[in-house]
Amino acid sequence: MIGQSIVLAADVPFPPSVEDFYLPSILPWGEHNSYWFTKITALLWISVAAIIIYFLVSYRKPQLVPTKKQWIAESLYGFVRNNIAVDMLGKRGINFAPYLTTLFVFILLMNFWAIVPIAQISPNSHIAFPAILAVISYVMFIYIGMKHHGGLKYFKHALIPPAPWFILPLLIPIEFFSTFLVRPFSLAVRLFANMFAGHMLLLVFTLGGFAMLNANAWFAPFSLVSWVMTIALTFLEFLVICLQAYVFTVLTASYLQGALADEH
Amino acid sequence: MITKLATEVTTLAAEGASEHNPIIPLWQEVVLGVIAFSILCFVLMKFVFPQMEKTFAARVDAIEGGIKRAEVAQAEANQLLEQYRAQLAEARTEAARIRDEARADAEGIRQDVLAKAREESDRIISSGQEQLAAQRESIVRDLRAEVGTLAVDLASKIVGESLADEARSRGTVERFIADLDSAGTTGGRR
Repeated sequence: MIGQSIVLAADVPFPPSVEDFYLPSILPWGEHNSYWFTKITALLWISVAAIIIYFLVSYRKPQLVPTKKQWIAESLYGFVRNNIAVDMLGKRGINFAPYLTTLFVFILLMNFWAIVPIAQISPNSHIAFPAILAVISYVMFIYIGMKHHGGLKYFKHALIPPAPWFILPLLIPIEFFSTFLVRPFSLAVRLFANMFAGHMLLLVFTLGGFAMLNANAWFAPFSLVSWVMTIALTFLEFLVICLQAYVFTVLTASYLQGALADEH
Repeated sequence: MITKLATEVTTLAAEGASEHNPIIPLWQEVVLGVIAFSILCFVLMKFVFPQMEKTFAARVDAIEGGIKRAEVAQAEANQLLEQYRAQLAEARTEAARIRDEARADAEGIRQDVLAKAREESDRIISSGQEQLAAQRESIVRDLRAEVGTLAVDLASKIVGESLADEARSRGTVERFIADLDSAGTTGGRR
Protein backbone atom coordinates (compact mmCIF):
# COMPACT_ATOMS: atom_id res chain seq x y z
CA MET A 1 0.00 0.00 0.00
CA ILE A 2 2.68 2.43 1.06
CA GLY A 3 4.96 1.26 -1.73
CA GLN A 4 2.16 1.72 -4.18
CA SER A 5 1.43 5.21 -2.97
CA ILE A 6 5.08 6.15 -3.25
CA VAL A 7 5.18 4.80 -6.77
CA LEU A 8 1.98 6.65 -7.46
CA ALA A 9 3.54 9.70 -5.97
CA ALA A 10 5.48 10.10 -9.14
CA ASP A 11 2.31 11.38 -10.75
CA VAL A 12 0.65 12.83 -7.71
CA PRO A 13 -1.57 15.71 -8.81
CA PHE A 14 -0.61 18.88 -7.14
CA PRO A 15 -2.14 21.13 -5.97
CA PRO A 16 -5.16 19.13 -4.70
CA SER A 17 -8.51 20.18 -6.10
CA VAL A 18 -12.16 19.99 -5.17
CA GLU A 19 -12.35 16.75 -7.12
CA ASP A 20 -10.27 15.06 -4.43
CA PHE A 21 -13.36 15.25 -2.27
CA TYR A 22 -15.46 13.30 -4.75
CA LEU A 23 -14.04 9.84 -4.77
CA PRO A 24 -15.19 7.16 -7.17
CA SER A 25 -18.17 5.12 -6.07
CA ILE A 26 -17.65 1.80 -4.29
CA LEU A 27 -20.75 0.15 -5.65
CA PRO A 28 -20.79 0.11 -8.60
CA TRP A 29 -17.01 0.07 -8.35
CA GLY A 30 -15.18 3.05 -9.79
CA GLU A 31 -18.28 4.82 -11.10
CA HIS A 32 -17.88 8.59 -11.03
CA ASN A 33 -21.42 9.82 -11.13
CA SER A 34 -22.98 7.37 -8.73
CA TYR A 35 -23.26 8.70 -5.19
CA TRP A 36 -25.39 6.13 -3.42
CA PHE A 37 -22.54 4.05 -2.10
CA THR A 38 -19.28 5.94 -1.87
CA LYS A 39 -16.63 6.18 0.77
CA ILE A 40 -18.55 9.14 2.18
CA THR A 41 -21.85 7.32 2.54
CA ALA A 42 -20.06 4.23 3.82
CA LEU A 43 -18.50 6.34 6.56
CA LEU A 44 -21.93 7.81 7.28
CA TRP A 45 -23.43 4.37 7.80
CA ILE A 46 -20.46 3.19 9.80
CA SER A 47 -20.79 6.27 12.04
CA VAL A 48 -24.47 5.69 12.65
CA ALA A 49 -23.98 1.98 13.29
CA ALA A 50 -21.00 2.57 15.55
CA ILE A 51 -22.83 5.13 17.69
CA ILE A 52 -25.95 3.00 17.99
CA ILE A 53 -24.02 -0.15 18.82
CA TYR A 54 -21.78 1.70 21.26
CA PHE A 55 -24.65 3.21 23.22
CA LEU A 56 -26.82 0.13 23.15
CA VAL A 57 -24.01 -2.11 24.31
CA SER A 58 -22.66 0.19 26.98
CA TYR A 59 -26.14 1.00 28.25
CA ARG A 60 -27.73 -2.39 28.00
CA LYS A 61 -28.08 -2.99 31.69
CA PRO A 62 -27.88 0.38 33.43
CA GLN A 63 -27.00 0.21 37.07
CA LEU A 64 -27.26 2.72 39.87
CA VAL A 65 -23.55 2.39 40.51
CA PRO A 66 -22.24 2.54 36.94
CA THR A 67 -19.63 0.30 35.43
CA LYS A 68 -16.79 2.02 33.61
CA LYS A 69 -18.42 1.52 30.20
CA GLN A 70 -21.72 2.82 31.43
CA TRP A 71 -20.02 5.74 33.11
CA ILE A 72 -18.30 6.85 29.90
CA ALA A 73 -21.54 6.69 27.91
CA GLU A 74 -23.30 8.53 30.70
CA SER A 75 -20.71 11.25 30.91
CA LEU A 76 -21.01 11.85 27.16
CA TYR A 77 -24.70 12.45 27.63
CA GLY A 78 -24.14 14.23 30.93
CA PHE A 79 -21.65 16.59 29.31
CA VAL A 80 -24.09 17.79 26.67
CA ARG A 81 -27.03 17.66 29.06
CA ASN A 82 -25.46 19.66 31.88
CA ASN A 83 -22.86 21.82 30.15
CA ILE A 84 -24.87 22.74 27.07
CA ALA A 85 -28.58 22.02 27.41
CA VAL A 86 -29.22 22.82 31.07
CA ASP A 87 -26.61 25.56 31.11
CA MET A 88 -28.25 27.44 28.27
CA LEU A 89 -31.88 26.44 28.48
CA GLY A 90 -32.33 25.85 32.18
CA LYS A 91 -34.73 23.15 33.33
CA ARG A 92 -36.30 22.96 29.86
CA GLY A 93 -32.93 21.97 28.50
CA ILE A 94 -33.42 18.44 29.77
CA ASN A 95 -36.09 17.94 27.10
CA PHE A 96 -33.64 18.93 24.38
CA ALA A 97 -30.65 17.10 25.81
CA PRO A 98 -31.32 13.83 23.92
CA TYR A 99 -31.41 15.57 20.56
CA LEU A 100 -28.44 17.80 21.34
CA THR A 101 -26.41 14.82 22.48
CA THR A 102 -27.32 12.85 19.37
CA LEU A 103 -26.29 15.83 17.30
CA PHE A 104 -23.03 16.27 19.16
CA VAL A 105 -22.02 12.63 19.02
CA PHE A 106 -22.98 12.35 15.36
CA ILE A 107 -21.00 15.41 14.30
CA LEU A 108 -18.07 14.41 16.46
CA LEU A 109 -17.74 10.96 14.93
CA MET A 110 -18.45 12.19 11.39
CA ASN A 111 -15.73 14.81 11.84
CA PHE A 112 -13.41 12.33 13.42
CA TRP A 113 -13.10 10.30 10.20
CA ALA A 114 -10.95 13.18 8.93
CA ILE A 115 -7.98 11.92 10.94
CA VAL A 116 -8.71 8.20 11.11
CA PRO A 117 -6.11 6.38 9.02
CA ILE A 118 -7.46 4.91 5.75
CA ALA A 119 -10.72 6.83 6.11
CA GLN A 120 -9.05 10.24 6.34
CA ILE A 121 -11.94 12.23 5.00
CA SER A 122 -14.88 13.53 6.95
CA PRO A 123 -18.35 13.10 5.45
CA ASN A 124 -18.98 16.55 6.88
CA SER A 125 -16.65 17.95 4.23
CA HIS A 126 -19.57 17.33 1.87
CA ILE A 127 -22.05 20.08 2.58
CA ALA A 128 -25.04 17.74 2.36
CA PHE A 129 -24.64 16.50 5.95
CA PRO A 130 -23.99 19.82 7.69
CA ALA A 131 -26.88 21.21 5.63
CA ILE A 132 -29.27 18.53 6.87
CA LEU A 133 -28.29 19.19 10.47
CA ALA A 134 -28.53 22.94 10.01
CA VAL A 135 -31.97 22.66 8.47
CA ILE A 136 -33.12 20.50 11.38
CA SER A 137 -31.78 23.06 13.87
CA TYR A 138 -33.41 25.87 11.89
CA VAL A 139 -36.81 24.23 11.66
CA MET A 140 -36.58 23.17 15.26
CA PHE A 141 -35.87 26.57 16.74
CA ILE A 142 -38.60 28.21 14.67
CA TYR A 143 -41.07 25.48 15.62
CA ILE A 144 -40.15 25.68 19.30
CA GLY A 145 -40.40 29.45 19.20
CA MET A 146 -43.84 29.34 17.60
CA LYS A 147 -44.98 26.74 20.09
CA HIS A 148 -43.65 28.72 23.02
CA HIS A 149 -44.93 32.15 22.01
CA GLY A 150 -47.98 31.01 20.10
CA GLY A 151 -47.85 31.02 16.29
CA LEU A 152 -46.99 34.26 14.60
CA LYS A 153 -46.41 36.05 17.88
CA TYR A 154 -43.01 34.40 17.85
CA PHE A 155 -42.02 36.34 14.76
CA LYS A 156 -43.19 39.56 16.31
CA HIS A 157 -41.15 38.69 19.39
CA ALA A 158 -38.11 37.69 17.36
CA LEU A 159 -38.20 40.56 14.89
CA ILE A 160 -39.23 43.54 16.97
CA PRO A 161 -36.66 44.34 19.60
CA PRO A 162 -37.58 46.77 22.36
CA ALA A 163 -36.14 49.86 20.70
CA PRO A 164 -37.38 53.37 19.86
CA TRP A 165 -39.82 53.26 16.92
CA PHE A 166 -37.64 55.26 14.56
CA ILE A 167 -34.85 52.63 14.69
CA LEU A 168 -37.23 49.75 14.03
CA PRO A 169 -37.26 50.14 10.22
CA LEU A 170 -33.53 49.55 10.42
CA LEU A 171 -33.56 46.87 13.08
CA ILE A 172 -36.32 44.63 11.77
CA PRO A 173 -34.60 43.82 8.45
CA ILE A 174 -31.35 43.22 10.30
CA GLU A 175 -33.05 40.91 12.79
CA PHE A 176 -34.83 39.09 9.99
CA PHE A 177 -31.65 38.73 8.01
CA SER A 178 -29.55 37.49 10.91
CA THR A 179 -32.13 35.23 12.50
CA PHE A 180 -34.05 33.73 9.63
CA LEU A 181 -31.74 33.97 6.65
CA VAL A 182 -28.16 33.68 7.80
CA ARG A 183 -28.47 31.18 10.62
CA PRO A 184 -28.93 27.94 8.68
CA PHE A 185 -26.24 28.89 6.19
CA SER A 186 -23.72 29.97 8.76
CA LEU A 187 -24.36 26.83 10.75
CA ALA A 188 -23.94 24.53 7.76
CA VAL A 189 -21.08 26.39 6.12
CA ARG A 190 -19.08 26.75 9.33
CA LEU A 191 -18.97 23.01 9.88
CA PHE A 192 -18.58 22.12 6.21
CA ALA A 193 -15.86 24.67 5.57
CA ASN A 194 -13.86 23.65 8.61
CA MET A 195 -13.87 20.02 7.61
CA PHE A 196 -13.27 20.86 3.97
CA ALA A 197 -10.37 23.14 4.77
CA GLY A 198 -8.93 20.64 7.23
CA HIS A 199 -8.92 17.91 4.65
CA MET A 200 -7.51 20.28 2.07
CA LEU A 201 -4.70 21.32 4.43
CA LEU A 202 -3.70 17.75 5.13
CA LEU A 203 -3.81 17.02 1.39
CA VAL A 204 -1.68 20.01 0.57
CA PHE A 205 1.02 19.11 3.05
CA THR A 206 1.01 15.39 2.27
CA LEU A 207 0.92 15.78 -1.51
CA GLY A 208 3.19 18.80 -1.32
CA GLY A 209 5.87 16.61 0.25
CA PHE A 210 5.63 14.22 -2.66
CA ALA A 211 5.51 17.03 -5.19
CA MET A 212 8.70 18.58 -3.84
CA LEU A 213 10.43 15.21 -3.71
CA ASN A 214 9.52 14.63 -7.32
CA ALA A 215 10.55 18.05 -8.46
CA ASN A 216 14.03 17.75 -7.05
CA ALA A 217 15.66 15.11 -4.86
CA TRP A 218 17.42 17.92 -3.00
CA PHE A 219 14.09 19.05 -1.69
CA ALA A 220 13.82 15.87 0.42
CA PRO A 221 14.39 17.74 3.72
CA PHE A 222 11.56 20.11 2.83
CA SER A 223 9.35 17.15 2.03
CA LEU A 224 10.16 15.80 5.47
CA VAL A 225 9.22 19.13 7.04
CA SER A 226 6.02 19.05 5.03
CA TRP A 227 5.12 15.59 6.34
CA VAL A 228 5.98 16.59 9.91
CA MET A 229 3.63 19.50 9.39
CA THR A 230 0.99 17.02 8.29
CA ILE A 231 1.30 15.23 11.62
CA ALA A 232 1.18 18.50 13.52
CA LEU A 233 -1.85 19.59 11.51
CA THR A 234 -3.52 16.28 12.30
CA PHE A 235 -3.42 17.28 15.95
CA LEU A 236 -4.79 20.70 15.05
CA GLU A 237 -7.46 18.93 13.04
CA PHE A 238 -8.38 16.91 16.10
CA LEU A 239 -8.91 20.15 17.99
CA VAL A 240 -11.04 21.51 15.15
CA ILE A 241 -13.08 18.30 15.05
CA CYS A 242 -14.03 18.53 18.71
CA LEU A 243 -14.47 22.29 18.62
CA GLN A 244 -16.78 22.28 15.59
CA ALA A 245 -18.95 19.51 17.04
CA TYR A 246 -19.20 21.53 20.24
CA VAL A 247 -19.84 24.81 18.43
CA PHE A 248 -22.59 23.34 16.27
CA THR A 249 -24.32 21.92 19.34
CA VAL A 250 -23.91 25.08 21.39
CA LEU A 251 -25.22 27.27 18.58
CA THR A 252 -28.27 25.04 18.14
CA ALA A 253 -28.88 25.28 21.87
CA SER A 254 -28.40 29.03 21.74
CA TYR A 255 -30.94 29.37 18.91
CA LEU A 256 -33.38 27.37 20.98
CA GLN A 257 -32.61 29.61 23.93
CA GLY A 258 -33.42 32.65 21.80
CA ALA A 259 -36.67 31.06 20.67
CA LEU A 260 -37.65 30.22 24.25
CA ALA A 261 -36.59 33.55 25.75
CA ASP A 262 -39.42 35.56 27.19
CA GLU A 263 -37.80 38.91 26.75
CA HIS A 264 -34.84 40.26 24.83
CA MET B 1 -0.61 0.13 -15.81
CA ILE B 2 0.56 2.75 -13.38
CA THR B 3 0.86 5.43 -15.97
CA LYS B 4 -2.53 4.49 -17.31
CA LEU B 5 -4.02 4.86 -13.82
CA ALA B 6 -2.25 8.13 -13.34
CA THR B 7 -3.43 9.57 -16.64
CA GLU B 8 -6.93 8.43 -15.79
CA VAL B 9 -6.70 10.25 -12.47
CA THR B 10 -5.41 13.42 -14.09
CA THR B 11 -7.98 13.40 -16.83
CA LEU B 12 -10.68 12.79 -14.26
CA ALA B 13 -9.38 15.61 -12.16
CA ALA B 14 -9.32 17.85 -15.18
CA GLU B 15 -12.82 17.08 -16.29
CA GLY B 16 -14.12 16.88 -12.71
CA ALA B 17 -13.08 20.38 -11.84
CA SER B 18 -16.08 21.75 -13.61
CA GLU B 19 -18.26 18.89 -12.40
CA HIS B 20 -18.48 19.46 -8.67
CA ASN B 21 -19.31 22.49 -6.68
CA PRO B 22 -18.61 21.85 -2.98
CA ILE B 23 -21.32 24.32 -1.94
CA ILE B 24 -24.07 22.43 -3.76
CA PRO B 25 -25.14 19.35 -1.80
CA LEU B 26 -25.51 16.07 -3.66
CA TRP B 27 -29.14 15.05 -3.37
CA GLN B 28 -28.24 11.38 -2.94
CA GLU B 29 -26.18 12.29 0.09
CA VAL B 30 -28.98 14.42 1.46
CA VAL B 31 -31.40 11.49 1.20
CA LEU B 32 -28.98 9.05 2.78
CA GLY B 33 -28.00 11.57 5.43
CA VAL B 34 -31.60 12.19 6.40
CA ILE B 35 -32.31 8.47 6.64
CA ALA B 36 -29.15 7.71 8.61
CA PHE B 37 -29.56 10.61 11.00
CA SER B 38 -33.23 9.78 11.53
CA ILE B 39 -32.34 6.21 12.45
CA LEU B 40 -29.67 7.48 14.80
CA CYS B 41 -32.00 9.99 16.42
CA PHE B 42 -34.77 7.44 16.74
CA VAL B 43 -32.62 4.82 18.44
CA LEU B 44 -30.71 7.16 20.73
CA MET B 45 -33.62 9.38 21.71
CA LYS B 46 -35.99 6.49 22.19
CA PHE B 47 -33.90 3.78 23.78
CA VAL B 48 -30.72 5.26 25.17
CA PHE B 49 -31.05 8.77 26.55
CA PRO B 50 -34.42 8.37 28.28
CA GLN B 51 -32.90 5.31 29.93
CA MET B 52 -30.00 7.45 31.10
CA GLU B 53 -32.37 10.11 32.36
CA LYS B 54 -34.18 7.38 34.28
CA THR B 55 -30.95 6.15 35.76
CA PHE B 56 -30.04 9.70 36.77
CA ALA B 57 -33.41 10.11 38.41
CA ALA B 58 -33.05 6.78 40.19
CA ARG B 59 -29.61 7.80 41.40
CA VAL B 60 -30.86 11.14 42.65
CA ASP B 61 -33.74 9.34 44.28
CA ALA B 62 -31.39 6.86 45.93
CA ILE B 63 -29.24 9.64 47.34
CA GLU B 64 -32.06 11.96 48.29
CA GLY B 65 -34.11 9.04 49.57
CA GLY B 66 -31.21 8.09 51.81
CA ILE B 67 -30.99 11.65 53.07
CA LYS B 68 -34.74 11.73 53.61
CA ARG B 69 -34.67 8.45 55.49
CA ALA B 70 -31.85 9.73 57.67
CA GLU B 71 -33.82 12.91 58.28
CA VAL B 72 -36.88 10.93 59.27
CA ALA B 73 -34.82 8.80 61.65
CA GLN B 74 -33.25 11.93 63.09
CA ALA B 75 -36.62 13.54 63.56
CA GLU B 76 -37.89 10.40 65.24
CA ALA B 77 -34.90 10.31 67.55
CA ASN B 78 -35.39 13.98 68.36
CA GLN B 79 -39.02 13.40 69.08
CA LEU B 80 -38.19 10.49 71.37
CA LEU B 81 -35.59 12.56 73.17
CA GLU B 82 -38.09 15.36 73.56
CA GLN B 83 -40.62 12.88 74.86
CA TYR B 84 -38.15 11.44 77.36
CA ARG B 85 -37.19 14.90 78.47
CA ALA B 86 -40.81 15.84 78.95
CA GLN B 87 -41.41 12.66 80.88
CA LEU B 88 -38.37 13.30 83.02
CA ALA B 89 -39.48 16.84 83.76
CA GLU B 90 -42.93 15.57 84.57
CA ALA B 91 -41.50 12.97 86.92
CA ARG B 92 -39.37 15.62 88.55
CA THR B 93 -42.29 17.95 89.17
CA GLU B 94 -44.30 14.98 90.34
CA ALA B 95 -41.58 14.06 92.82
CA ALA B 96 -41.36 17.66 93.99
CA ARG B 97 -45.10 17.77 94.37
CA ILE B 98 -45.09 14.52 96.36
CA ARG B 99 -42.29 15.82 98.54
CA ASP B 100 -44.17 19.05 99.16
CA GLU B 101 -47.29 17.14 99.92
CA ALA B 102 -45.45 14.89 102.32
CA ARG B 103 -43.89 17.88 103.96
CA ALA B 104 -47.30 19.52 104.28
CA ASP B 105 -48.74 16.27 105.59
CA ALA B 106 -45.99 15.91 108.14
CA GLU B 107 -46.51 19.48 109.24
CA GLY B 108 -50.22 18.82 109.52
CA ILE B 109 -49.64 15.68 111.48
CA ARG B 110 -47.22 17.46 113.78
CA GLN B 111 -49.69 20.25 114.31
CA ASP B 112 -52.39 17.70 114.94
CA VAL B 113 -50.32 15.76 117.42
CA LEU B 114 -49.24 18.93 119.14
CA ALA B 115 -52.82 20.15 119.32
CA LYS B 116 -53.95 16.84 120.65
CA ALA B 117 -51.18 16.74 123.20
CA ARG B 118 -51.95 20.24 124.26
CA GLU B 119 -55.59 19.38 124.54
CA GLU B 120 -54.74 16.26 126.49
CA SER B 121 -52.51 18.13 128.82
CA ASP B 122 -55.13 20.81 129.25
CA ARG B 123 -57.69 18.18 129.89
CA ILE B 124 -55.44 16.45 132.44
CA ILE B 125 -54.61 19.73 134.12
CA SER B 126 -58.19 20.81 134.26
CA SER B 127 -59.37 17.45 135.55
CA GLY B 128 -56.61 17.57 138.20
CA GLN B 129 -57.68 21.01 139.17
CA GLU B 130 -61.26 19.92 139.37
CA GLN B 131 -60.29 16.95 141.48
CA LEU B 132 -58.20 19.17 143.68
CA ALA B 133 -61.03 21.61 144.03
CA ALA B 134 -63.47 18.82 144.83
CA GLN B 135 -61.08 17.34 147.42
CA ARG B 136 -60.51 20.72 148.86
CA GLU B 137 -64.23 21.25 148.95
CA SER B 138 -64.83 17.97 150.74
CA ILE B 139 -61.93 18.57 153.11
CA VAL B 140 -63.23 22.02 153.81
CA ARG B 141 -66.68 20.60 154.39
CA ASP B 142 -65.33 17.91 156.73
CA LEU B 143 -63.13 20.37 158.51
CA ARG B 144 -65.96 22.77 158.87
CA ALA B 145 -68.13 20.16 160.55
CA GLU B 146 -65.28 18.93 162.65
CA VAL B 147 -64.02 22.39 163.51
CA GLY B 148 -67.53 23.29 164.55
CA THR B 149 -67.91 20.40 166.94
CA LEU B 150 -64.30 20.70 168.05
CA ALA B 151 -64.69 24.36 168.72
CA VAL B 152 -67.95 23.81 170.53
CA ASP B 153 -66.47 21.01 172.52
CA LEU B 154 -63.42 23.03 173.25
CA ALA B 155 -65.43 26.03 174.16
CA SER B 156 -67.78 24.08 176.37
CA LYS B 157 -64.81 22.43 177.98
CA ILE B 158 -63.02 25.71 178.45
CA VAL B 159 -66.05 27.64 179.52
CA GLY B 160 -67.32 24.63 181.44
CA GLU B 161 -70.79 25.34 180.77
CA SER B 162 -73.10 24.42 178.01
CA LEU B 163 -74.56 27.17 176.26
CA ALA B 164 -78.20 27.33 176.90
CA ASP B 165 -79.23 29.34 174.06
CA GLU B 166 -78.67 26.99 171.11
CA ALA B 167 -79.57 29.59 168.55
CA ARG B 168 -77.06 31.98 169.88
CA SER B 169 -74.45 29.39 170.09
CA ARG B 170 -75.11 28.36 166.46
CA GLY B 171 -74.83 31.99 165.35
CA THR B 172 -71.53 32.34 167.12
CA VAL B 173 -70.22 29.20 165.61
CA GLU B 174 -71.32 30.29 162.16
CA ARG B 175 -69.65 33.66 162.55
CA PHE B 176 -66.49 32.03 163.80
CA ILE B 177 -66.35 29.66 160.89
CA ALA B 178 -67.02 32.45 158.42
CA ASP B 179 -64.13 34.36 159.91
CA LEU B 180 -62.02 31.30 159.74
CA ASP B 181 -63.11 30.75 156.19
CA SER B 182 -62.26 34.22 155.04
CA ALA B 183 -58.96 34.07 156.82
CA GLY B 184 -58.27 30.68 155.19
CA THR B 185 -59.06 31.85 151.69
CA THR B 186 -57.03 35.04 151.98
CA GLY B 187 -54.22 32.99 153.40
CA GLY B 188 -54.57 30.38 150.61
CA ARG B 189 -54.46 33.01 147.88
CA ARG B 190 -51.46 34.58 149.23
